[in-house]
Amino acid sequence: MYTLSKNLKLSAIIFMVVGALLFAVDAMYMPSSIADIEAMHAGDDHGESHDTAVSGEGHDTHEAIATAKGHGEDHAVASHQAEEGHAMSEAEHNQHLLDGYKNKPWSAVYVAAFFFFMISLGCLAFYAVQYAAQAGWSPLLLRVMEGITGYLLPGSIIMLILLALSGFHFNHIFHWMADGITDPTSENYDKLIAGKSDWLNVPWLLIRAVIFIAGWNAYRFFAVKFSKEQDEATDNKSHKKSFKLAAAFLVFFLYTESMMSWDWIMSIDPHWFSTLFGWYVLAGMMVCGITTIALITMILKGAGYLQSVNDSHIHDLAKFMFGFSIFWTYLWFSQFMLIWYSNIPEEVTYYIQRIEDYNLPFFGMLIMNFLFPLLILMNSDFKRVNWFVVMAGIVILLGHYVDIYNMVMPGTVGQAWSFGFVELGSLMFFFGLFVLIVFTSLTKRPLEPKRNPLIEESKHFHY
Amino acid sequence: MASTVIHAIYTDDDVLMNAVKEVKKKHLHINDIFTPFPVHGLDKAMGLAPTRLAITAFLYGCVGITVATLMMNFIMIEDWPQNIGGKPSFSYIENMPAFVPIMFELTVFFAAHLMVITFYLRSKLWPFKKAENPDVRTTDDHFLMEIDATGKDGEELANFLVTTGAVEINLIANEA
Repeated sequence: MYTLSKNLKLSAIIFMVVGALLFAVDAMYMPSSIADIEAMHAGDDHGESHDTAVSGEGHDTHEAIATAKGHGEDHAVASHQAEEGHAMSEAEHNQHLLDGYKNKPWSAVYVAAFFFFMISLGCLAFYAVQYAAQAGWSPLLLRVMEGITGYLLPGSIIMLILLALSGFHFNHIFHWMADGITDPTSENYDKLIAGKSDWLNVPWLLIRAVIFIAGWNAYRFFAVKFSKEQDEATDNKSHKKSFKLAAAFLVFFLYTESMMSWDWIMSIDPHWFSTLFGWYVLAGMMVCGITTIALITMILKGAGYLQSVNDSHIHDLAKFMFGFSIFWTYLWFSQFMLIWYSNIPEEVTYYIQRIEDYNLPFFGMLIMNFLFPLLILMNSDFKRVNWFVVMAGIVILLGHYVDIYNMVMPGTVGQAWSFGFVELGSLMFFFGLFVLIVFTSLTKRPLEPKRNPLIEESKHFHY
Repeated sequence: MASTVIHAIYTDDDVLMNAVKEVKKKHLHINDIFTPFPVHGLDKAMGLAPTRLAITAFLYGCVGITVATLMMNFIMIEDWPQNIGGKPSFSYIENMPAFVPIMFELTVFFAAHLMVITFYLRSKLWPFKKAENPDVRTTDDHFLMEIDATGKDGEELANFLVTTGAVEINLIANEA
């Protein structure tokens, strides 16, 4: 049995507390009026005089400088806004930025919450695949996966709460939820969104979210229950039940995951749509889930647990990390190239905004999620060297955080983006929470399944 | 000089794997093993050097992507620029996303074909070559291990091989 060390628990809590503090401090100093925005621009216009102009308004200096730098290219970018039908006046532009700043703390929480939720959901899908495929190499790692999916319940409830808060207008990260957007008499009326309102309306979104979350968590609950029962059983009944359940879950999961990605991410840009978006998000969550399995397995092994896990298991996990990174890139490119080539205005604005306003994170994540794992994990021998896998894993996880960031931020904060303390703080907070819950969950069951019918094969697994 | 080899025939791949380990422990030289299907880990058990085919695959892939880049640059940019969907037709790099599928496919094409050809050359195989298989049953459900028995006591070796699970032992003397 694994026991949670005091140090780990303390570090996780420190991460959460420091994260929450950073978040709170930065959120407090977010510009809250047009005057604040204008003051920031004044700082920008005077080049060297950031400090005086900005601190005079009582801002957090560092943050203001960071964002002011981000706006150096505002005027170049404003030209593409004109494509959307009207040229923006200075006042409209400032209002736009202010809306972005108001969304920034919410979006930061949303991105971080989704990222860690996605890791546990991807891991759950991978876990179900192991059962459905009757995989013989992996039973030694099943308990690690059960530990990671321990975050699914809290993570998905946090997501549900965030969605509900958006639905009740505590924030404005989902534009289609705005008042009067489907009402032809309102000045907020948007014909395209009104046309989608059969699917995109708050009650139905929340009902769907509850169905998805209930389904995934129900599978997780029963799978863990069967796995526990199998430990004490005298026959393989529980294992067979888990096999059938895993197959059924995978069908449910593939449909609901796709819809979840439309609801929770794609609808942030409600005019835009991509038919392979669900796949794209799936590839990201699978690679994150598998990477986390590999990292936690190596941590546990380093701490003296899971002694039967050998480097062939790590090799296989690294192969999956490599494979799913390529798969993610394939889908990223398939989505990008068709939209880039066809150049249809309503589709291509999605990428124009990302290339013009989010150039560094947009192309940076390609290096982190594709080029780096490709080069590091291509060699067969490197996949067995722990620190290579750890290095690739950390870059992959950060890269996929950036990927979620790129999917959410342009539609919510627009040009007001930066990686400031709200983002760092919420990332740290959820990281601490994730570590705390996952490692606590690992203490609940023996780390090695005792009576899994395939456990011997897994122990002798040798490539 | 006359050389003798022993053909030991097995009927199960797991038994074969253990037999290979036993034989290696005795420091006998395994000339070759004939199996109806690829047996995982057999090359490592036999102590064969890792294949260098993967390195050639990488190099051939590099050739493929280079050929694709040069070819598309000549066809679509230099020789006959065409306006397709208003995409920049005078710059390879700005039009690069459109060429990625071709670059990818030719990388795979070159790597795959040249790797197969390399494999044939290296294994001295060519069309209509007569099979060097010592026993046709190895194409069905038997596994054959060929051990160098030159200057060794055939009787003793045969007895040892039976203990490793061989179902049939043939001593073959080649006069050369």
